[in-house]
Amino acid sequence: MTTPATAPPAAEALCVEALSKRFAGVRALHDVHIDVRAGEVLALMGENGAGKSTLLKILSGDYQPDSGRLVLEGEPVVFRTPAEAHRAGVRIIYQEPEIVPHVSVAENVYIGALPRRRGRLLDRGALHARVQADLERYGFAQVLRPDTLGGRLSAAQRQLVEILRALTGNVRVIAFDEPTSSLSEHEVDALFALIRRLRDDGVAIIYVSHRMKEIFRIADRVAVLRDGRLVGQRAVAETSEDELVRMMVGRDLSAMFRRRHTGAARDRSMLSVRSLTTDDVTDISFDVRAGEVLGLTGLVGAGRSELVRAVVGDLPIRSGRVLVDGEPVRLRSPRDAVRVGIGLAPEERKADALILERTVRDNVSLAVLSRLSRFRIVRRGRERDLVNRYVRQLDVRTPSVEQEVRRLSGGNQQKVVLARWLARRPKVLILDEPTRGIDVGAKAEIYSLIDELAAEGIAVLVISSELPEILGLADRIIVMQHGRITGELTHDDATEERILALAMADQLTSEGVIR
Amino acid sequence: MSATEAPASPVSPADERTTTGPGRRWGGLSETALRNLALVGVLVVLVIIGAVTRPDLYGDPVRVRDNVFTILEQASVIGVVTVGMTFVIIGGGIDLSVGAIVALAGVWCTTVATQSYGTFGMIFTALTVGLCVGLVNGGLISYGRLVPFIATLAMMVAARGLAASISGKQTQVSENRTINAIASTDVLGIPLLVVILAVVVAAGWVLLNRTTFGRRTVAVGGNREAARLAGINVTRHTMLLYALSGLCCGIAAIMLTSLSTSAQAGAANLYELDAIAAAIIGGTLLSGGRGSIIGSLLGVLVFSTITNLFAINNLATEVQNMVKGGIIVAAVLVQQVRFKSLTTIFART
Ligand SMILES: Nc1ncnc2c1ncn2[C@@H]1O[C@H](COP(=O)(O)OP(=O)(O)OP(=O)(O)O)[C@@H](O)[C@H]1O
Ligand SMILES: [Mg+2]
Repeated sequence: MTTPATAPPAAEALCVEALSKRFAGVRALHDVHIDVRAGEVLALMGENGAGKSTLLKILSGDYQPDSGRLVLEGEPVVFRTPAEAHRAGVRIIYQEPEIVPHVSVAENVYIGALPRRRGRLLDRGALHARVQADLERYGFAQVLRPDTLGGRLSAAQRQLVEILRALTGNVRVIAFDEPTSSLSEHEVDALFALIRRLRDDGVAIIYVSHRMKEIFRIADRVAVLRDGRLVGQRAVAETSEDELVRMMVGRDLSAMFRRRHTGAARDRSMLSVRSLTTDDVTDISFDVRAGEVLGLTGLVGAGRSELVRAVVGDLPIRSGRVLVDGEPVRLRSPRDAVRVGIGLAPEERKADALILERTVRDNVSLAVLSRLSRFRIVRRGRERDLVNRYVRQLDVRTPSVEQEVRRLSGGNQQKVVLARWLARRPKVLILDEPTRGIDVGAKAEIYSLIDELAAEGIAVLVISSELPEILGLADRIIVMQHGRITGELTHDDATEERILALAMADQLTSEGVIR
Repeated sequence: MSATEAPASPVSPADERTTTGPGRRWGGLSETALRNLALVGVLVVLVIIGAVTRPDLYGDPVRVRDNVFTILEQASVIGVVTVGMTFVIIGGGIDLSVGAIVALAGVWCTTVATQSYGTFGMIFTALTVGLCVGLVNGGLISYGRLVPFIATLAMMVAARGLAASISGKQTQVSENRTINAIASTDVLGIPLLVVILAVVVAAGWVLLNRTTFGRRTVAVGGNREAARLAGINVTRHTMLLYALSGLCCGIAAIMLTSLSTSAQAGAANLYELDAIAAAIIGGTLLSGGRGSIIGSLLGVLVFSTITNLFAINNLATEVQNMVKGGIIVAAVLVQQVRFKSLTTIFART
């Protein structure tokens, strides 16, 4: 499958020379030079909108550069389409993979090159056997089966399909765009094992991530982009988190977030859940008090998102009660929840939160339209002021509030979702993975924003799989496994180990067993 | 430093992040404005073709004015229907029953019994019938969860059937002089039908671009799930969209009744196709979430100008329909180019 290229170790597999790319009003890349050697992992870092995805899309032939060129193994190349890049051995694994819902995992993997028997007939048996073999070889056999339908896959599994797809045929350069944002710890381990194997086979690897820890675990070298320019490259062994952050953000930033307003919690429960049972979760009870940040964590698939969906009336409740500000409520739809003062920023921003075709302004003001209007006419001056205020507060990188959201980088799209709910000023704010795909600088901003919101008396419920985030942010932490709460920790006695122990209370940890 | 990149103005990174000011597009124009300009260009070309083929007609200012009013009058009925259709499509649906609703409302308001209630009774009946049929459509789709295509297809058949049974398959003549006079009245030198169209278009524009209803329509069509989670009552809103379309059909029914001083079950044949086609060449995405009332109006005008062009040159309608078909295909192709780049490029961040 992969090329065991016997290339000399230091050969430059891919050189990016003086690459520039502009979009209307935005300089996405400016005179960028980057080399990747065969058998090396180059990490690509930078803030949201720094130009990382744009660079990868140029490598894949999705975008054409305005100037500059690509040199693959010494030969200048031009990729006019993704198919040309694929043929030349350059693969990109995107943040959000495209999966055909009605066919199996195996067919999704070999979508361009299905094995045929006697002419046109698809040889399904051979295909499944082949994919099963691949899955075992790469250590994903526990997580993914070849015959599952594409439409039933979790975000993590979709990511794995995309990875398998990239590994078919002859691979020289492979780039991962934030591959771990939807993976659980174990899946990340399997992915890293795979990346190391590819590296040892002589493949050149580009790895985009906002997670420092991963960079230091997997990368050999780091290149940092800021505002479309290459600000520097470092060998991982010779750099530090602080230095990388400084390069990315252009200023010092303490790596670890500390809440300023802990203990602002008042004795008034804004959201109380009592013995809630649904199809996915069992007997859940908790309170979020005014001024408090409650963290909700657990492994992917523990039922956290399903729980909050039930709380806001989006999934049916079998038994149990929900109280908002002490009043029992019956929420039959998210609309009811919004009305009683609960805002939910869902996990899947593109599918469930954003109207990609519309402007930043339209997206931010969506939940506050009636407040902004008189006699149902939207007062556009007030709207623009409000949207501008939140766009500035969250530092959303956009040429203007009239930019369509689909043109923003991933992290900035997430900020637009947050801005929508901040504008609404709810009593209870539920944030499902609020910093997924968000850069360090913006993360710190979002954390202090959450901190301030709590200080103002809003009850905040944060769902996150990132333990440092939960540890730094939450006054209290509840941990779920298999749809049940397995424990509660206070800010002071929570540690990563304790949380993991609760999250995997009944699991073998050594074996790579997931879920 | 690359040589090809023009020396950009010395903007600091901080400037590039400014959040105010209009979005920079081609020459400062939005995509909608560009598309509308292109349609105006098509209209100009059509007028030039008209002037070249019929210099006699275009040489005389009075006859030119009359011909323009003819075009606008022809556009008025279908234009009103298209405004409603545009809302439905932007909201992510489709309404195949508009022609049938126009026919049913026309027949219902010209029964002997209704006519006995006078002008107000007839107008009230037409509007109510349109609104109610629209509400039934909306109810089937939003509460009954039928696919819009199926629900309104069924309504198209059923409404025509009802119209035929009410009228006994006869043409019903309108005896009401006020109604009949609408089509022949001028207001300040402009035909009343054209004024009605202008009012409906203006109201539709305000509704779409300035009100919470319009914003919600766009949100519902752009991403239903996001709209729902943001607290919009998507079910009720969908219902209202079809009611609005029905109401527009009611207005159109009165206009059509006035034009022909009669109504029959077979009237307004294929209006649904004309309205959908006009909305689409006007830039409304068939998949919802984007559209423009002005674009729809221009789409209607393009079609009625073509009709007029064929009429003043005494050409066969078969060719005319082929030309219309070609225009629709061309417009959809243009949209697809846009859409393809959208799905392949922007779907990934
Ligand atoms: N198709 C486009 N049209 C206009 N602007 C674009 C387009 N694609 C990207 N941009 C802009 O180019 C810049 C770089 O975007 P890019 O997606 O490469 O960022 P990124 O580094 O991947 O960020 P993130 O970490 O948030 O994913 C951003 O300012 C973005 O708004
Ligand atoms: Mg990106």
